[in-house]
Amino acid sequence: MLETKIHNLTLKNPVMTASGTFGYGEEFSDFVDLSRLGGIVVKGTTGERRQGNAYPRMAETPAGMLNAVGLQNVGVETFCQDVYPRIKELDTNIIVNVSGSSIEEYSKVASMIDALDRIPAIELNISCPNVKKGGMGFGTRPEMAAQVVGEVRKVYHKTLIVKLTPNVTNVVEIAQAVEDAGADSVSLINTLLGMAIDVERQRPYLSTITGGLSGPCVKPIAVRMVWQVAHAVKIPVIGLGGIVTAADALEFLMAGAKAVEVGTANFLDPAVTMKIVDGLEDYCNRHGIKDINDIIGII
Amino acid sequence: MKKYITDFTIIGKRILGEQYFTLTLQHPATLPPIAAGQFVEVEVRGCKEVLLRRPISIHDVDTENNTLTLLIQIVGKGTRQLATLQEGDTLNLVYPLGRGFSLDGEKVLLVGGGAGIAPLLHLSKCLNAKGIRPTILLGGRTADLIPVRDEFKSLGTVGIATEDGSLGEKGLVTQHTLFSGDYDHIYTCGPTPMMKAVARHALANGIVCEVSLENLMACGIGACLCCVVDSDAGHKCVCKEGPVFKATELTKWLNN
Repeated sequence: MLETKIHNLTLKNPVMTASGTFGYGEEFSDFVDLSRLGGIVVKGTTGERRQGNAYPRMAETPAGMLNAVGLQNVGVETFCQDVYPRIKELDTNIIVNVSGSSIEEYSKVASMIDALDRIPAIELNISCPNVKKGGMGFGTRPEMAAQVVGEVRKVYHKTLIVKLTPNVTNVVEIAQAVEDAGADSVSLINTLLGMAIDVERQRPYLSTITGGLSGPCVKPIAVRMVWQVAHAVKIPVIGLGGIVTAADALEFLMAGAKAVEVGTANFLDPAVTMKIVDGLEDYCNRHGIKDINDIIGII
Repeated sequence: MKKYITDFTIIGKRILGEQYFTLTLQHPATLPPIAAGQFVEVEVRGCKEVLLRRPISIHDVDTENNTLTLLIQIVGKGTRQLATLQEGDTLNLVYPLGRGFSLDGEKVLLVGGGAGIAPLLHLSKCLNAKGIRPTILLGGRTADLIPVRDEFKSLGTVGIATEDGSLGEKGLVTQHTLFSGDYDHIYTCGPTPMMKAVARHALANGIVCEVSLENLMACGIGACLCCVVDSDAGHKCVCKEGPVFKATELTKWLNN
């Protein structure tokens, strides 16, 4: 009833977890039956180990939060040697979010992940603002986005999902550019660039001044962008941004997403993904829906 | 240690001056083991400005009655909302979280300041259960800012320091006569400058020291990587790899 497909991946249900909000899945095993998830997108992995940004890295904002973690991760070699053996038997789609600061770094990480049997897909994170060329994110200009996707496509042979940033004038042209460059799917949205100031201390809350906004406050923007992109590309779209309930997930599905990722909500309720899966089942039963695909993209 | 997400019922509330209160929470069944120094992530309902859970240290555990008590300082919107809770209300917790105190040491000193006094009660009881009677030093700017003290009397030798001299010895905890006693292990929780002073003294005198940090958190289980401390081995999650650290793991932080 809830089964859905993203390129070559079969998902038990459309509910996945968003990178950077669910660790490597292990952190949630006391709360979630991981085998009931459609997929887990593990934390952003780079060519080398990264320490990330200085504390403070988080600020609560109305119906949302800002983060400036800055891709703290163990690096692709430690991931392959230490983390992968621990998680490879999980009975769900394990997708690695691949991040980098240069095309060479993206390609290196992607080719190393390509060799791991139990990782059927990567999610290419092209919204890192600190890159070599022109100091501009790969995800904010169509030709740059196409270039990095094209290069990674040469070394990565499984399902290639490209995660898009909402910090652009026209997300559709970026989506079309990565589709033309060989992406098998796009996921959106990454966080919105934001900022918050502690007026008592007269200082920004984040060590980096600006950070990425997530949580329920971004959902209407995310639904709009998913709807726009889903109507403009042929590859499957994965929707994320502020999903807390099954109804939120359904909004994305109806807007055209074949699957969704749950992010910040995992911090509010570590068992939230199970409630969303249950809620989707319940919705289908109440509405006499035999196949969730029947409501995907109905708007 | 397995973690849970559970609805507790509030069966007791004590107002402790203007800034502090305690909530005693009834678990619906048998309470799992909870180490001294561990914390809970509390869901805050009914305040539209509050999205995230609030990390609160575990003040007391009663395994006979399956209750635990939280000592909470009102510092912002979340804790102010929690202060409106009453007996009979439900509170959803993710718990028990983090790495607690080791319970090591024979001649043990506990140093707490303000809300940092909270975990020292459960710690004192756990030490007593091991046959250790600690010296317990509690500090605050004024007597009002030392939320609890009588509870400690039967658990060890208690000393109080206030900066204005309104209770106990006048001055900082590190100036208290009990502070420079003969100890082999110090546990401390409280304001950062206090903990740093305590830890520096311990390291300089060859005393093992454990500090309990309180950083801003989102998830509380090591997923979001927001609450990191710059430890000697790189960024570590206070929620998962802490909140209790050996001072020797944090020399960079101590000297910062």
